[in-house]
Amino acid sequence: MKKAIKGNHAVSHGVRLSRVGVISAYPITPQTTIVEELSEMCARGEISARFIKVESEHSAMASLIGAATAGARTFTASSGNGLLLMHEVLHWTAGARLPIVMADVNRAVSGVWNIWAEQTDSLAQRDTGWIQIYCESSQELLDGVLMAYRLAEKVMLPVMIAYDAFFLSHTTEIVDIPDADVVDRFLPPYEPPVQLNFDDPRMFGGFFSTDYFYEHRYTVQQASQEALNVYPEVCREFNAHFGRSYDLVETWLTDDADTILVTAGAITSVSRIVIERLRSQGEKVGLMKLRMFRPIPVECWRKVLGNASRVVVIDRNLSVGVGGVFAAEIRSALYASDRHPPVYSAIAGLGGRDVTPEDVEGILHSMKVDDPSPDIPLYWGLKR
Amino acid sequence: MQRKIAIPRELLVDEELMLPGMTSCQGCAAPISMKIALKALGNRTVIVFPACCFCVFQGGYPYSNLKVPVIHCPFETSAVVASGAAAALDVRGEKDTTVMVWAGDGGTFDIGIQALSGAAERNDNILFVCYDNEAYMNTGIQRSSATPMGAWTTTTPAGSLKSEPKKDIEQIMLAHHIAYMATASPAYPDDLYRKFQKARQITGMKFIHLLSACPPGWRIDPADSVRTMRLATQSRVFPIYEVTKQTGAAPGEDTWEYDITVIPEKEVPVSDYLKSQGRFRLMTDDMVMKIQKQADRKWRDLVEKRDATRLSGV
Repeated sequence: MKKAIKGNHAVSHGVRLSRVGVISAYPITPQTTIVEELSEMCARGEISARFIKVESEHSAMASLIGAATAGARTFTASSGNGLLLMHEVLHWTAGARLPIVMADVNRAVSGVWNIWAEQTDSLAQRDTGWIQIYCESSQELLDGVLMAYRLAEKVMLPVMIAYDAFFLSHTTEIVDIPDADVVDRFLPPYEPPVQLNFDDPRMFGGFFSTDYFYEHRYTVQQASQEALNVYPEVCREFNAHFGRSYDLVETWLTDDADTILVTAGAITSVSRIVIERLRSQGEKVGLMKLRMFRPIPVECWRKVLGNASRVVVIDRNLSVGVGGVFAAEIRSALYASDRHPPVYSAIAGLGGRDVTPEDVEGILHSMKVDDPSPDIPLYWGLKR
Repeated sequence: MQRKIAIPRELLVDEELMLPGMTSCQGCAAPISMKIALKALGNRTVIVFPACCFCVFQGGYPYSNLKVPVIHCPFETSAVVASGAAAALDVRGEKDTTVMVWAGDGGTFDIGIQALSGAAERNDNILFVCYDNEAYMNTGIQRSSATPMGAWTTTTPAGSLKSEPKKDIEQIMLAHHIAYMATASPAYPDDLYRKFQKARQITGMKFIHLLSACPPGWRIDPADSVRTMRLATQSRVFPIYEVTKQTGAAPGEDTWEYDITVIPEKEVPVSDYLKSQGRFRLMTDDMVMKIQKQADRKWRDLVEKRDATRLSGV
């Protein structure tokens, strides 16, 4: 059924269709409407989940340690400061191998308040062990939630779906909402490989000495790497059921491109307009949209970007002391490759500042004519 | 006259759910309480441990000395981890289970209080047990908000003994209108057993505050652990009582009934309790007097509440 809904509601529908057992969340702008919609769905009996209305984001994530360990499919959502408050528990849930799915509506964080789009919140969680997937459209959000459960429950790691505050969370788009019975065929009920069982009692977590801890961490790393193999299978199955597919990255006109623009999230949609315009003017530009960012699909990035003569990354985030996170990680991924074009970095759209097609075109133009250093980010649109 | 302790039959013959091999200190009171608690709760119990002594000496991968499912969790999260587990068991249709948190005073009074308050306010169906050894013992005897006035710890050393009174966690929990709140001590095992049995049968938030002697932290001989805890109750520093919600006939008519479940066999001055422990060695007479007055006031208050709620309950 096609419906015009907001990005946050696309997530709520994904959660409803996934037949989650326990939901736990604390409201924060701009995530709030997910929580409201899920509360309504629970109240109307469309979801049979237990919804724990916790007193903080920290408790939201912590409650899912108990719920997922006790065998429930679980969901939470947060944003910005709320996600940062969860940080310790994000490490815990990944290390405990709990297949939790959460939506993070990317919101700026700093020593001043700002509720608008920026990816620094989720990128600050990149070492936690959570799988991260960045989305561009509401359809991708709904589909992303369904695929996230399949992936999470296969590799036993939690998955975070990240997307831009307001530009995506509060924008209405037409979304194809699949039928529940098709989703049920794609996503069977959650069966944890190790059950909490009173007849066969186990200890979950506990104290790991130096004899075991390193090996434990390595198994988490292996599970994360395994996600790179499992994800394409999940995509194929998803495509077979719903006729839509999402790869580790999405590429557009990259095969013969001299310059490849790299984006993540809603800036991608804006960039498509620019790429089309520049192509019509005969410029050999292409686009790579980042989807999975943890684990890093290194081979995939190298394959797409290796033939270009330059890579331009737009980062709606800032790692203070470094610059753009995506640019730094792409540079690092390409370093050991035979072909590693220079990676130019542009910072844009922090704190929800609009990034227009003119901005994207301006960034690409500046990278071409101003001969910038790949070592220094271009702080696009900075008022001086 | 020595009081006769009636040991319930189950305490002597039931299946042991806590096995030998615990690496706790000699004289630690927490395993004594756990052993009795599990006999009352039975094997359909999940235990949630935040960071605390028990979380360390209970096992250490790959061993566990508890024959029930155990979930370890971050320090400040235990109450809500239990809420999540209880919700999932409910969704899975598992009946007659108890999800019990077993937390120290740090994980209850201090870093754990936010999640605990949230779970209590929501009346989540969990049993939260605080084994209170009155300082951060796992990290080596630092003061907590459960540390009594006048106590020595490594962060309240000679010259700067703790000057603030112990936080009244029992009143804080009662202010959440919970279903059941009790204190207990392994010095009175029959009472402790009965309280866990009672808590098991109550749906909603239950809180049990256990006094838990720590020989290294209290500066006592391990052999005196139980004796010291008995002095705590005889001196009324740690009265043993329970507060049970009585659901009213009509909405808004719920009441809470107080009962003092252990009337000590003899009364002793608080100085007997305090002098038995090295941690109070440097206390001034003024502080001892203050603690005596606090204990007297708390006892009077409890007796009053017991008499008042008993009358209203009839």
